[in-house]
Amino acid sequence: MTTNGWLQIGLFCILILALARPIGTYLTLVFERRRTWLDPIFAPIEKLLYAATGVAPDEEMRWTEYLVSMLMFSAVTAILTYLVERLQGHLPWNPQHLPGVAPDLAWNTAISFTTNTNWQAYTPETTMSYLTQMVGLATHNFWSAAVGLALAIAFIRGIARKEMKTLGNFWVDMTRGILWVLLPLSTLLAVALVSQGVIQNFKPYDTAKLVEAQKVTATGTDGKSTTTDVTTQSIAQGPVASQEAIKMLGTNGGGFFNANSAHPFENPTPFSNLLQMLAIFLIPAGLTVTLGQMTGSPRHGWAVFSAMAVLCLAGVLTAYWAESQPSPLLAGTSQTASATQAGGNMEGKEVRFGIANSALFATVTTDASCGAVNAMHDSFTPLGGMVPLVNILLGEIIFGGVGAGMYGMLIFVILSVFIAGLMVGRTPEYLGKKIEAYDIQMAMLYLLIFPLVILGFAAVAVLSPTLGLSSLTNHGPHGLSEILYAYASATGNNGSAFAGLSANTHWYNATLGIAMFIGRFLMLIPMLAIAGNLAAKKSVPATAGTFPVTTPLFTILLTGVIVIVGALTFFPVLALGPVLEHLLMAAGKSF
Amino acid sequence: MKKHLVTSLLYTVITAIALGIVYPLFVTAIAHTVLRDKADGQLVYDAHGQIIGSKLIGQAFTGPAYFHSRPSAAGTGYDAANSSGSNLGPTSKALVDRVHQSVASETTSGPVPVDLITASASGLDPDITPAAAMYQVSRIAPLRRVSEADLQALVQANIQQRQFGILGEPRVNVLALNLALDAAHPAK
Repeated sequence: MTTNGWLQIGLFCILILALARPIGTYLTLVFERRRTWLDPIFAPIEKLLYAATGVAPDEEMRWTEYLVSMLMFSAVTAILTYLVERLQGHLPWNPQHLPGVAPDLAWNTAISFTTNTNWQAYTPETTMSYLTQMVGLATHNFWSAAVGLALAIAFIRGIARKEMKTLGNFWVDMTRGILWVLLPLSTLLAVALVSQGVIQNFKPYDTAKLVEAQKVTATGTDGKSTTTDVTTQSIAQGPVASQEAIKMLGTNGGGFFNANSAHPFENPTPFSNLLQMLAIFLIPAGLTVTLGQMTGSPRHGWAVFSAMAVLCLAGVLTAYWAESQPSPLLAGTSQTASATQAGGNMEGKEVRFGIANSALFATVTTDASCGAVNAMHDSFTPLGGMVPLVNILLGEIIFGGVGAGMYGMLIFVILSVFIAGLMVGRTPEYLGKKIEAYDIQMAMLYLLIFPLVILGFAAVAVLSPTLGLSSLTNHGPHGLSEILYAYASATGNNGSAFAGLSANTHWYNATLGIAMFIGRFLMLIPMLAIAGNLAAKKSVPATAGTFPVTTPLFTILLTGVIVIVGALTFFPVLALGPVLEHLLMAAGKSF
Repeated sequence: MKKHLVTSLLYTVITAIALGIVYPLFVTAIAHTVLRDKADGQLVYDAHGQIIGSKLIGQAFTGPAYFHSRPSAAGTGYDAANSSGSNLGPTSKALVDRVHQSVASETTSGPVPVDLITASASGLDPDITPAAAMYQVSRIAPLRRVSEADLQALVQANIQQRQFGILGEPRVNVLALNLALDAAHPAK
């Protein structure tokens, strides 16, 4: 750990703190359909789009209708992506002449991008044409983020509204999210990324003549080794920057290349790295301010922000500390930080990012449901790798995905208010709304679906040598972590991986697809049901007995509830995975 | 129900064209107008106009008279159309064996800087740490018939400091360093 490392982490935190209010205020203006300075450009386009698609922008929807529109739209977009993937061999912008994608992989990928997960069971540069990346995948980065944003706004309206049956209009919320928020921010970020060296072109892959020809020895399946001369390097190209920008802003995380944000063409400099991390947290952090403004209690927004910030900092500190430790297994190497090297655990990390930026990025990408990586989480130290895993298992509510993090966090807020009510023996209230049995039932449903899917599928995979275990790269406790991480990442719609797991098999494509589907759509139903139910309630005035949700005490309670729920659910499996691996590594064991 | 389906279909088609085709083409147009070289991947050419690599993409260097790049898990090594890390875990026997083999094959004495014997995340890391570059000087100097001090000066001149003085880590681009090495002290 170095002073400079702490400075870089501190700088990132300060920038997020400074950006939260302006972005949050802007989001409030956009979704309350008030005047913004982008209206002259986008208002006419908005009008045209509604006319062309038959949307009546002033018609409000009940939660059920909001849900149906959202599900219908998601289904149609998923089918479009499936078709583009299958047919890419016959479509343009395919300079490498890549064939159509296999059915199970195409299904998995369509679900993955529709659900904002961006789990990638394939190597993009050898599987997906430029057209598929742009029309099949990058579009979902906009759509799924806008859907998440719309849902969070609908939930906030549910809290803010009194005795109303409706939550807003899904199409209007979607459209304003895309036009006023995602599209302008993406365009700016894309150009900024190109200035750092992120590529943006439609060329076929370039071939470079190597400066020093190499001899490569490979051992075949028959055990014989063959030596080949390698004199050239094929350099993948593509329209990367435009996709990279929305990949981060929409907390999607699906890389244009297999190495994701570790690839020098996706994330070439430390500054592009900083921009990408800021882009992940920008909208989720802003939404806490939006929450405060739309519900008329700005301090509540900051109380929620504080709980998120505390959990985020705890993760960063743990990961940075763990990754800076020398590995006892790698004797004969110099792993100490100095003026000329970052030291620490450099397997699966890039020199330009070193330890601090890799640990910070891993924490940020899993606090949110982004899942982009600039270092390989599978190669993290046991405790360093546990940080992203725990972040996902807590439900990705530490700032969280665009929209999804906010409504996930609000479920915990309701639970915290309920527990506070139990402690003093009163009917709990949340910002003037009585929290009753129905709300808590739905909140618990939301909270239980998540571990059920993760632990259920992981248990089956771990018990099946042919289906589950045959895909492992790493053995011992780390193998359990790999499988657990896969189902956590899929159900949490994160998309990062302990990528040693070879997930492009029928079993993993199918079950991870189901996990992603449930993790997005089934969890939405109880969430929207609560929103609809809250909107219809009367507002009761606060009394001396009301537990205030604007104080540091509330922040502490909320943080405590999140940690306790997470620990009660997942501690046993974490003990068998990363914790055990840490102890065995200290004892000098390898597998 | 039917109304929502029709809206969904129309909305999907229109926004797919806008976001999937118009938006990337718009960004490409801006990028090519103002940042052409960067948008094209900062390719490096030799005197005959032949592409010999990209400033951003690492290449394998394994001969004793070159500065070595890091081990790579991309394809058969530095395959820039197949990026990948090793994904070996911290207690992986394969990782421990690979590192020990690399350490044993080093001819220079002293502990090996850790980045030089660990695979990068992308498999295409263009950089090594200044420590890893300096470590290799004593091996390369006699083979290039140059003093260690001169070679150290060459490394020093190729160190890229932290961006804006604070971001990232100091680093040395291996391709650039080796091209400078070939130019200044050609191998016999």
